[in-house]
Amino acid sequence: MTPVILLTGFLGSGKTTLLQRLLTDPSMQGAAVLINEFGDVGLDHHLLDRIDDNVVLLKSGCICCTVRGEVADALSNLDSLRTRGEISFDRVVIETTGLADPYPVLQTLTAHPVLRSHFTNGGVLTTVDAVNAGGQVEHRAEAARQIAAADRIVLTKTDLVAADDVARLKQRLSKINPGASIYTTLDSVESLVAGFGPGDHIVPAARATQPEDHVCDAHCDHAHHHVSHHHDDQLGIISFSLIIDAEIDWTMFGTWLTLLLNRYGDRIFRVKGILAIAGEDRPVAIHGVQHLVHAPTHMEHWPEGPRQSRLVFILEDLSPDLIKRSFAAFTGLAQVRTAA
Amino acid sequence: MCSLCGILGCDDHWTNAVERPGIYTRNHDSQSRRVETSRRLNAANTVLSYRRLKLDLWQGRSYVLSSPTGASSVFEALSHLWPEAETLAGRDFDPLDENLISWMEDQRS
Repeated sequence: MTPVILLTGFLGSGKTTLLQRLLTDPSMQGAAVLINEFGDVGLDHHLLDRIDDNVVLLKSGCICCTVRGEVADALSNLDSLRTRGEISFDRVVIETTGLADPYPVLQTLTAHPVLRSHFTNGGVLTTVDAVNAGGQVEHRAEAARQIAAADRIVLTKTDLVAADDVARLKQRLSKINPGASIYTTLDSVESLVAGFGPGDHIVPAARATQPEDHVCDAHCDHAHHHVSHHHDDQLGIISFSLIIDAEIDWTMFGTWLTLLLNRYGDRIFRVKGILAIAGEDRPVAIHGVQHLVHAPTHMEHWPEGPRQSRLVFILEDLSPDLIKRSFAAFTGLAQVRTAA
Repeated sequence: MCSLCGILGCDDHWTNAVERPGIYTRNHDSQSRRVETSRRLNAANTVLSYRRLKLDLWQGRSYVLSSPTGASSVFEALSHLWPEAETLAGRDFDPLDENLISWMEDQRS
């Protein structure tokens, strides 16, 4: 399976500049690149140093609504060329337009009947302009969705902003997407791409949001559904985690999450976590973007710390308490049925 | 047709993923597949009964959703379940709806 890295970020946030840097790294020398631009005349591919058959410019149009089929066609074409031995590549980088919602491309990779057996989600890398991020995040839903979908965030233009402002921006981005690790363009390319993949920091993300609203005592032996959350007052975007001590019934959990995303996928920017499934020794990691959930990963072993399920949500205008109650109602039913 | 296994109507929903390295699934063999399918039908029917719908398996590879008035819908992938259920019921299945949550809590008690 060939990993596909999605490079996204708002207009002018430095995606192409970062892509140029990424392609200089030896580990990226085998990368094929797809570039999508919004406008009649595409320029970004001219800005890349390495112009060859592995760089494909998609036609004009916003990637999130008009060129999903075109992404599929371009990936299929690349794969055909590789099969015929005309080109070789070991990963693909898709640079989206600055107005793109990352979800449809990820959905294309997962749902396309042919592509899904040749390509896999290699992670979402989002550039954030340190100078203009504040206004963009507040006023442009696309920018917020790009940040929420990120596995790694790269802050650009940090040399034009005071260090305190950069620190505050990092803090704010961490509240929007506590699971994403944040880099700047001052970091080495090696560190930006090392070990990169979807669900990059599932465990640290879940750990970062420890329960704050519940104090256990000696009499407290029930199954816990802790909720802690961070709220960006200017956005209405909330990140919060559910922490569940009891083992989860996989079937009922799947029913509940599918139902939740069917109704609220457009407001749940991200869900990811690590689950203790009843009857399984090893943990299962899940991660999803809006309506899409990737195939769950069976992890090799439990990370250090308590063996409990942790689910992190990044969402807009939904109540964490209601989600907690819904989760308990659905999975509690499953526990009763399993015991019977 | 599934591009991985070549089976017509193959369902690769995340809750029912095709077995491959590193992926968590209960699609190991025919027996585990049957057991999980039965569990999945039970779980879905618990929720569907809130609006008097019923889900069955047809010929082992398609799903049939039916209403008490005799209307039905056939689909092959689990990803179609809740949109089809909402269409057939003519109403939402909202897991954050207080009434549905209370109803599920009652089922548990």
